[in-house]
Amino acid sequence: MCRMKALAINSLTKTYPNGIRALRGIDLDVEEGDFFALLGPNGAGKTTTIGIITSLVNKTAGDIRVFGHSLDNDIYAAKACIGVVPQEINMNLYESCYDIVMNQAGYYGIPRSQAAVHTEAMLRQLQLWDRRDDQARGLSGGMKRRLMIARALVHSPKLLILDEPTAGVDIEIRRSMWGFLKEINEQGTTIILTTHYLEEAETLCRNIAIIDDGRIVENDRMSAILRKLHQEVFVLDLVNPLDAAPVLADFKVRSVSESELEVEVGKGQSINDLFSLLNERGIAVSSMRNKTNRLEELFIRLTQRKDASIEGSDR
Amino acid sequence: MSGAPLKIQLVGLYTIVRKETSRVARIWVQTIVPPAITMSLYFVIFGNLIGRRIGDMGGFDYMQFMAPGLIMMSVITSSYGNVVSSFFGAKFQGYLQEMLVSPLSGWVIILGHVMGGVVRGLAVGAIVTVVTLFFTEIDVKHPFIAFAVLILTAMVFSMAGMINAIFARKFDDIAIIPAFILAPLTYLGGVFYTTSLLPDFWAGLSKFNPILYMVNGFRYGIIGVSDISIGSAFAVILIFLVLFAVTCYYLIHKGIGLRD
Repeated sequence: MCRMKALAINSLTKTYPNGIRALRGIDLDVEEGDFFALLGPNGAGKTTTIGIITSLVNKTAGDIRVFGHSLDNDIYAAKACIGVVPQEINMNLYESCYDIVMNQAGYYGIPRSQAAVHTEAMLRQLQLWDRRDDQARGLSGGMKRRLMIARALVHSPKLLILDEPTAGVDIEIRRSMWGFLKEINEQGTTIILTTHYLEEAETLCRNIAIIDDGRIVENDRMSAILRKLHQEVFVLDLVNPLDAAPVLADFKVRSVSESELEVEVGKGQSINDLFSLLNERGIAVSSMRNKTNRLEELFIRLTQRKDASIEGSDR
Repeated sequence: MSGAPLKIQLVGLYTIVRKETSRVARIWVQTIVPPAITMSLYFVIFGNLIGRRIGDMGGFDYMQFMAPGLIMMSVITSSYGNVVSSFFGAKFQGYLQEMLVSPLSGWVIILGHVMGGVVRGLAVGAIVTVVTLFFTEIDVKHPFIAFAVLILTAMVFSMAGMINAIFARKFDDIAIIPAFILAPLTYLGGVFYTTSLLPDFWAGLSKFNPILYMVNGFRYGIIGVSDISIGSAFAVILIFLVLFAVTCYYLIHKGIGLRD
């Protein structure tokens, strides 16, 4: 079955009045129902892209369609499909949580009686109902982020855009937000997420685009992208300390400390082979972990490669 | 281009107006009380103490002559101040984005804020009128004209406040226009005197001050005298109304001062 595109971006460019070229021709498709990660280093163009999709930034050129509605010709229908959680806290901190969500429902044309039902449901789902009468300024950072999610979802958008929604949120709340986002995605809401927590993207998202210097440098399924990794680095905790790193055929081994080894396992190599070699030398391993998040490794490689080529160019 | 569904726009308009009027009521000590106190002082000092020595103005007791001007002055400053502070606050703190990302049309965003400004202007005008009644009698000669001039003037200055807020980048920028343009034009706009007292040059120059037309239009509605014909007063008010409305819409539609 051919799914509708929740978002279709063609040749999107943006040059700011000060001459900075934030986007240099972006093409991007997000399918309906997807949980999509848009990653990139600071200043890569993520927030500009989101700003243009949500009509907060004027584009220089290009075409954007949200569920088939053009931002140029059918902007009201396109806007009605979108809910956005921005990177910065952007609410009236002197208004109550209830009023903030209710007003947003009103801006999307939901009558007050119906909006009250939606607002209560959202505030309850995001565990803010008990704080509904409190001014937003009294909430913790994590609560403010949850309030922004409630506000973005009150009109039941088909496309939810989250620009670093868990920045500054503690691990417990972050994981509960992940659970909530997974749930609404399973219920049919398409989600686009930008984040600096690559573990977050790897855990939640099915498809991914990496943007760097205003260009998409990678765009594929998460699983396909992770398969492109040629090697992973594992850290082994040893039962007995070693004076030096052992030499193991086909594996690069480095001693981190007396009781820790770092081993590079390349594509096609087997961890079983590694353990066989360690057993032959009588080296017992108590535990093992990835040195870095796999996506993080790829991300750094892609963006560093770009930096290196920029350094080598005339720019 | 497909239009915005009417239902969404009407509910959105109601939401903005409700929000704006709630704000006026919530911070009534800042929005309603100060103009009432200021105008009371004007009545006590200029009307009661100094006004007695001035005698008649335009054929009326000075207090009666001054009252419509003071009511209009409070409406102008309140409607302007309401929209400039509310809209700039929303822009500065970022929550204007709540409206900008929504499917509300630019006209609804303008009208909602203008109605908020008009509500505050009329609320302050009503309180100043009540204060006036403690000092002098008011026998309204042309109530419809007075009301129409009041509403239209409040709309004009609400939109002027919005334009100021759109261009403002810091809080200083929303204080400059009221202090250096609005206040001088208001004080020189015939609130306290009739232009027939001025030398010809200054009387002629006053004709370029739009507030003169608003104050005199309202004065005509209240006590039946004016330095300006009522037709000219309405014409000037309507010209500014259309000019500011088109400017507001253009700025919001293009995102000037709001996007990028």
